[in-house]
Amino acid sequence: MTSQPFRRLEGGLIDRDRPLTFRFDGSTFTGYAGDTLASALLANGVTLVGRSFKYHRRRGIVAAGVEEPNALATLREGNRQEPNLRATQVELFDGLTASSQNRWPSLDFDVGGINNILSRFLPAGFYYKTFMWPAGAWMFYERFIRAAAGLGKAPLLGDPDYYERRHAHCDVLVVGAGPAGLSAALAAGRSGARVILVDDNAALGGSLRGDTATINEVPALAWVDEVGGTLEALENVRILTRATAVGYYDQNLITVCERVADHLARPDPHQPRQRLWWVRAKRVVLATGAIERPLVFANNDLPGVMLASAVRTYQLQYAVKCGRRAVVFTNNDSAYSCVSALMGGGVPVSAVVDTRASGPGDAARKIVDSSGVECLFGHAVVGALGRQRVTSVEVMALADGGSRVTGRSRVIDCDLLCVSGGWNPTVHLFSQSQGKLRYDEGLTSFVPDASSQAESSAGAARGELGLDACLRGGIEAGAEAARLAGFTPTEDVEAARCDHVDEAPVEALWAVPLPARRHGKRFVDLQNDVTAEDVALADREGYQSVEHLKRYTTLGMGTDQGRTSNVNGLAILAGLRDSDIPSVGTTTFRPPFNPVTLGTITAREVGADLAPLRLSPMHDWHAGVGANFVTVGLWLRTQFYARPGEAMMEAINREVLAVRNAVGMVDVSTLGKIEIQGRDAAEFLERVYINRWTNLQVGRCRYGFMLREDGFILDDGTTTRVADNNFYMTTTTAQAGPVMAHLEYYAQTVWPELHVHLTSVTDQWAGMAIAGPRSREVLAAACEGGDVGDESLPFMGYLESRIAGVPVRLFRMTFSGEMAYEVHTPSDYGIRVWEALMAAGKDFAITPYGTEAMSVLRIEKGHVVGAELDGRTIPADFGFERMQKKDRDFIGKRSLERPALAYGPRKRFVGLISEDGRKIPRGAQLVWNPTAPKPVPMLGHVSSTCYSPNLGNYIALALLEDADGYQGKLLYASSPLTDSHVPVRVGHSVFIDPEGERARG
Amino acid sequence: MLLIECPWCGPRDDQDFTYGGEAHIARPERPEKLSDEQWGDYLFMRSNPKGTHLERWVCNGCRRWFNVCRDTVTDEITAVYRMGEKPPGAIKKAGRKS
Ligand SMILES: [Zn+2]
Repeated sequence: MTSQPFRRLEGGLIDRDRPLTFRFDGSTFTGYAGDTLASALLANGVTLVGRSFKYHRRRGIVAAGVEEPNALATLREGNRQEPNLRATQVELFDGLTASSQNRWPSLDFDVGGINNILSRFLPAGFYYKTFMWPAGAWMFYERFIRAAAGLGKAPLLGDPDYYERRHAHCDVLVVGAGPAGLSAALAAGRSGARVILVDDNAALGGSLRGDTATINEVPALAWVDEVGGTLEALENVRILTRATAVGYYDQNLITVCERVADHLARPDPHQPRQRLWWVRAKRVVLATGAIERPLVFANNDLPGVMLASAVRTYQLQYAVKCGRRAVVFTNNDSAYSCVSALMGGGVPVSAVVDTRASGPGDAARKIVDSSGVECLFGHAVVGALGRQRVTSVEVMALADGGSRVTGRSRVIDCDLLCVSGGWNPTVHLFSQSQGKLRYDEGLTSFVPDASSQAESSAGAARGELGLDACLRGGIEAGAEAARLAGFTPTEDVEAARCDHVDEAPVEALWAVPLPARRHGKRFVDLQNDVTAEDVALADREGYQSVEHLKRYTTLGMGTDQGRTSNVNGLAILAGLRDSDIPSVGTTTFRPPFNPVTLGTITAREVGADLAPLRLSPMHDWHAGVGANFVTVGLWLRTQFYARPGEAMMEAINREVLAVRNAVGMVDVSTLGKIEIQGRDAAEFLERVYINRWTNLQVGRCRYGFMLREDGFILDDGTTTRVADNNFYMTTTTAQAGPVMAHLEYYAQTVWPELHVHLTSVTDQWAGMAIAGPRSREVLAAACEGGDVGDESLPFMGYLESRIAGVPVRLFRMTFSGEMAYEVHTPSDYGIRVWEALMAAGKDFAITPYGTEAMSVLRIEKGHVVGAELDGRTIPADFGFERMQKKDRDFIGKRSLERPALAYGPRKRFVGLISEDGRKIPRGAQLVWNPTAPKPVPMLGHVSSTCYSPNLGNYIALALLEDADGYQGKLLYASSPLTDSHVPVRVGHSVFIDPEGERARG
Repeated sequence: MLLIECPWCGPRDDQDFTYGGEAHIARPERPEKLSDEQWGDYLFMRSNPKGTHLERWVCNGCRRWFNVCRDTVTDEITAVYRMGEKPPGAIKKAGRKS
């Protein structure tokens, strides 16, 4: 364990009484409560934290917050391992384990570093170039690129933690709890509006946590505490800390990722690790602050080159010295506060290099004058020197408006170079909200312009960088948001007071020119290893749109989304094209602002909770006898009932034979059921079915097809006229929802004048089918309501009766082709009726059967299901053209008359029998000769296939072109996927009882 | 993530609705009188305006269809009205080839 050589003895917001132990890349260190992983590493003098993505160059910590491009770490181990976390955002906890990424085998010695030497072979667009030339190059390079690149590795073990989703509504959502956000929340909260204030950090204050300013005559943090206390006391205000607003969607829906337990070694029992808030706000105030830009010069990626604001934050908030001797390099006044923080904290500053010939404003000048730091105005750092980290910088004078450097260069020793290239308002959420950005010449950055949604930006987020402007702007934005949300802001809320600081304007210098005859990498995007030269190359190669530039060079991609690089990159592009920055434009910002782990997005919808599970009313009976279940959509259905020692196929064959030879019973509760009522119910059916309905007698059922308006079959099913104006429709299990939606659509939008009401009653009715030559005897034994013979219950007849003392609906219809009945009863009576029928069937050896046997029975009988009704078939394909009404319109009729459906050579329905007794592969194509040269002409395809115990052979249903011509011929069912090519004989689609005598009994 | 106001259930997230395409396309009274091209036009051709779009949605809660006037650029919803009603006031249906 080492001491913390770069920790100041006093100051900062860390708790020195609570030391914490942590491990980084196998070494043990200590830090303090209040540290981030980054600040603790810096306190311990760890400057090398990662290797760069492409060139594997050494990289150190650059920033102190969300904008950090380099210090990505993998946190924790085992099943809680998480990659790509910014060390600057990871709160330190005792026992934290982290490792650096993108290096192999170790950070100090990295094999990929060879890429740096070979870098002229890895220019901009190198991925695309290997895709294109030479042929096969990508195949060759891919494994190396994938092994050597990539930012961290996904964990392989299951996540032991859980996550939550929460919906919230408010009048005013304030994003950011810095000076502007706190002021806005205060103004809105006092008005009585429901306010939600969210902030990324563990504590309120934002930039004020590392600030020496005075607000209302007290230290800034005291003011933060006071406002925080006031807000806490307001019942209408909710404060979320450790919460990042990541997405801004339509109509003011903002998603907020709350890191509930990430600052702990593991979540407390019953505590989620993270929570995703879906906040719908009437008004939004974006007080998201601003992000400092780096400057672009040779070797600006050396460890020890840091953002000036970050150095200041480490110095003041974490009491960490980022180096032993500093040089400050800036083009604006803000970096001068870094000078005072360094000097006040015992880090000598060798020089301030300011690109502006006229130097800074008065306040900044006072800082350097009083401390006696050497100032080099009109100068620039042309390069950072050093191998492991910065050891000195080379400074030259700027000439010709910054387009070249001149004079003798001077080398200044330092191990810390603090850079500031100006500030970019954090406009990501604003941009996500579809708001328009405007380029501000004075600020040299993009600022929010016209809003697209009910939002406003306040403080630094709208380009008002001064503290006094933030405090005032926050109050105004908060009061206005409350007013627009329907509340009256109170008079007594005034902006907090602080001194105004006059600053000299920032002066753009997008890339420091290289001295004559000198080379050096000038990085624009540290995370993606994109240099100014790459931007120039992309421009030369014709990638002139900023969106193309992004894809080609990868500038602004990755986890940091170009927070530090975007504006520099497009400004360099504008310079190359001799155009201005607004006309180059900026890339689109997309959610999420910060990476969100997938667990947080899925929340509770994982594993068994991924989707609802639907169970038949008779489920407990099936489970009680040890049924094997299968998932069908959301339903759990009985697949087969294996007896002890019985294999699956044996059970299925036994069940099939029982139905053909005696009687079986299957649970059909999953069928969709729809009640159609009203005086126009029959007319409605007439319009949605292809066949006739107005002439259906009460107490009779009819089979029919329903088409989509484009002529293709939507579903088939049976509908029964229960009473004059009351029909009971059944649909296939899979199409229950779509059919209901289809009928609702026509009833409400196309024929609102029809008096018809539709009610889904799928869950209200249990259904069971008894099938087989002895089914009538079973029904007769069970029914208490009188005769069920041919007279009272003929084929396609309907009867109401009672079984086991409860009401049942009896339908004489068949799916298996045998004499069969469906018995429907209110769901709660399902098991009662099922058991009564099983008891009544005992003497007839009634056999319960599952979906597999049901499927075999219907394939033997040539009945169609979803495999045949696949959205590409019409009734004529199955020989049902005569079912279609000729004399009147129905949905889909006109489309059937289009040439392609009316005359086109279409595949038609046939049956296949295996010629050599082999299994006919599922999804096989029908071909003449499977060994013919490819492409082999495809004549048709297998839609359903099974083993038929009644035929003692494998059979299948298929759709085949020129079906009549191929009758009796031999074809091959060819499945290249499984490399099986089975000879099949083409025949009729009905294998059993083609005359249909069994069903009529 | 639209916020849509069902005329019966009130404002709800768009997860509670299903989109149903362009509104005010009447099903032809006599489809058999139409040429294949006219029928194809009814069946497949829809306007794709930049700006005001009148469209149908169905509420998954109450299962009622209704009309929505939405700006396809900003996603702003300016009106919600029942089936059979005309779009309110100044709202005009975007150009559609006749
Ligand atoms: Zn509704």
